[in-house]
Amino acid sequence: MDIVRNQQKEKMHPHKFTLWVAIGSLIMMFAGLTSAFIVKSNQANWKPVTLPTVFWVSTGVMLLSSLTIQLALRSFKDREMNKYRMLIGLTVLLGIAFIVFQWMGFQQLWAQQITFKGSGGGQFLYVIFGLHALHVAGGLIALAVIFLKGFFGKTKNYSAVPVEVAATYWHFVDALWIYLLVFFMILGKN
Amino acid sequence: MSETSTLHAGAVGHHDDHGHGHHEQSFISKYIFSMDHKTIGKQFLITGIVWAIIGGLFSVLFRLQLGYPDQTFPILETFFGHWAKGGQIQPEFYYGLVTIHGTVLVFFVLTAGLSGTFANLLIPLQIGARDMASPFMNMLSYWFFFLAGIVMLSSIFVHTGPASGGWTMYPPLSALRQAGDGQKIGTDLWLIAMALFIVSSLLGGLNYISTILNMRTKGMSMTRLPLPIWAMFFTAVLGVLSFPVLLSGAILLLFDRNLGTSFYLSDIVVNGEILPNEGGSAILYQHLFWFLGHPEVYIILLPAMGMVSEILSVSARKPIFGYMAMLGSMFAIAILAFLVWAHHMFVTGLNPFLGSVFVLLTLLIAVPSAIKVFNWLTTLWRGNIRFTPAALFAIGFVSLFISGGLTGIFLGNSTIDIHLHDTMFVVAHFHIVMGVASFFGMFAGVYHWFPKMFGRYMNNTLAYIHFWVTMAGAYLIFWPMHYQGLAGVPRRYLDKKGWVSFNQFADLDKMITVVSIIVFAVQLMFVFNFFYSIYKGRKVTTTNPWEANTLEWTTPINPGHGNWVGEIPEVHRWPYDYAKDGRDFIPQTEPVGANESKH
Ligand code: HEM
Ligand SMILES: [Cu+2]
Repeated sequence: MDIVRNQQKEKMHPHKFTLWVAIGSLIMMFAGLTSAFIVKSNQANWKPVTLPTVFWVSTGVMLLSSLTIQLALRSFKDREMNKYRMLIGLTVLLGIAFIVFQWMGFQQLWAQQITFKGSGGGQFLYVIFGLHALHVAGGLIALAVIFLKGFFGKTKNYSAVPVEVAATYWHFVDALWIYLLVFFMILGKN
Repeated sequence: MSETSTLHAGAVGHHDDHGHGHHEQSFISKYIFSMDHKTIGKQFLITGIVWAIIGGLFSVLFRLQLGYPDQTFPILETFFGHWAKGGQIQPEFYYGLVTIHGTVLVFFVLTAGLSGTFANLLIPLQIGARDMASPFMNMLSYWFFFLAGIVMLSSIFVHTGPASGGWTMYPPLSALRQAGDGQKIGTDLWLIAMALFIVSSLLGGLNYISTILNMRTKGMSMTRLPLPIWAMFFTAVLGVLSFPVLLSGAILLLFDRNLGTSFYLSDIVVNGEILPNEGGSAILYQHLFWFLGHPEVYIILLPAMGMVSEILSVSARKPIFGYMAMLGSMFAIAILAFLVWAHHMFVTGLNPFLGSVFVLLTLLIAVPSAIKVFNWLTTLWRGNIRFTPAALFAIGFVSLFISGGLTGIFLGNSTIDIHLHDTMFVVAHFHIVMGVASFFGMFAGVYHWFPKMFGRYMNNTLAYIHFWVTMAGAYLIFWPMHYQGLAGVPRRYLDKKGWVSFNQFADLDKMITVVSIIVFAVQLMFVFNFFYSIYKGRKVTTTNPWEANTLEWTTPINPGHGNWVGEIPEVHRWPYDYAKDGRDFIPQTEPVGANESKH
């Protein structure tokens, strides 16, 4: 007996719904951090931060991965399992690449003497981008599980829900990244 | 997590009335790593009780110091070694005790212990669901809480002692390892424990919200939900939106402590050493903290309010007065809770104009609060009240909420708060309105739903003693603190002997300490009653012992995993049809009769 499915009044799958609430929660966390940035950027001795260009590369990678996961979801629904596996695998690779590029960005900033000393946008950047990367990494773990399930899982149960949940989450970390990028582009400079 | 479908067809079709039949599951999966919401609720409750004993004991210890600052208690040295040298509580230890007392009671007992217990127990049972939306996440929520507890507990045993920056953990003190023993490893452990705790709260809250919105049984529209469920819903929304902000504040604090960043630190000299930090703002932390901190006080209070509403209606044998007004006022409280945080910061140099905006918003909370009080009193008015222990505690809650709410209005005026801030007046205010009141809600809930949890009753005589001593004791302890605060006695001071003007309170402080010890002893009696009754209490022989309308009383006396044998019942009416058309009570499952009057 399926406790989830046997409910009479049900619009959205509870797991999908839970994800949306969780996204609300994550938004509050990053809203908290970026407001802290704004409050603090008015203090004395604040040093601005300019983003290294490698963050543009990671942005491209992130956008591309949103596309691949969307296509993967479509192929899953069309039961094109080979295409689905390939696209999910590609998304995982792009996600890893994203984190690598973020790391390179951190290293470049560090080399420019933007460190934990003193005060300024750089410290926030490490914390905020770092936390974002952690959330990407969390998504990668989920994607890796789904990827492996695509090979070994029983295919008789064709529920698209886990893939849909993963895709929604992935689009969210993508959108979050764009927000953070624009935020630092505009407010990081002053 | 798509494995929810494995949720025991067996448990639904098979259950045994006495809970002693042979188990299909192993002990581990039934009692330890259980995914049954009822078991998880009990786990939260029992863990909460353990924490309440620890936190309560700590308060007795620091009350000893406050009441008898010159006396030595050699036994303390036996137990606490260098922290109580010569039988006297040392300053660092005193701050550690205050800090852990506050943290544990606010977060571990009155947040996790209260919401964790009753949201888990009541949501599926009262909305008519077999379990939570994600039983697995629910289990994780408990185990993150458990882990947080282990880390917090271990901080008490490290050589330099637990965190001692107060439950609010303000920097710069909390950000500087050099500042004192409690700021060393103890504070890191405190932060880690809190991070784990926040994860636990979020997992729980997400689950509560999506369960309430998605898994109600047929006919259970939102306006037919029992009030505890609405309260848990608003509580979960508050938690899900405010805890992540505290988490971000805590992460920045961890960075400042361990990696040399300057989020909160600026131009600091500690013991003659000039620190390199610059440009930080300690006030920033207060904003992040109180953005959670104020909603947190309602996270603690709302579940108690919801359960009190239910219990008062059942005990008065009358419909709750103003159901929609109750919803409206809870909604207003939830919104306002996010807009008043700076009333904790009137003396931080807040812009006076902003200050008056926060005064206005703060005083607005009095309106929904007053509506709720009015509705509770009106529910009781001319009721045919059954003074069960649960009913007494619910009535006690209303009394405490009125008393503490009134002192809130004093504090909400920034002009008065400038005098009262950080005095014992604040301590009195929040202990009465939040601490004791929520405990009363929790006790009411335990006495009321104990038969559902364990299939037995608690002992009534002990329960009545528990109520009267706690009720009188709470007022005796906290009422005088208002006068101390008005006279300027600061909170968190180890010793006031240096102030001549405070000497007048020496005897009062002794009285408070003596009463605290008595009240603590009576709580131990409650704990005894609780555990004794689990095994030896009088057995419940009817499914609906309080003659209540809600769905949990339609389940078997000892429901198995899945709650109902066979179909989940359908709901046809709101839960408060008491004393209607000449009938004492009409359960929610009963179809509306042809010529029944509308409520
Ligand atoms: C009419 C309603 C209320 C008003 C106007 C009010 C106002 C205030 C103000 C202005 C303070 C800050 C005092 C200071 O530190 O100087 C305060 C402290 C506090 N209030 Fe209330 N309050 C109200 C109700 C409540 C309720 C219902 C709760 C909890 C359920 C609560 C819990 C607390 C706590 C925990 C603190 C102290 C925190 C600390 O500094 O450690 N209050 N209140
Ligand atoms: Cu407040």
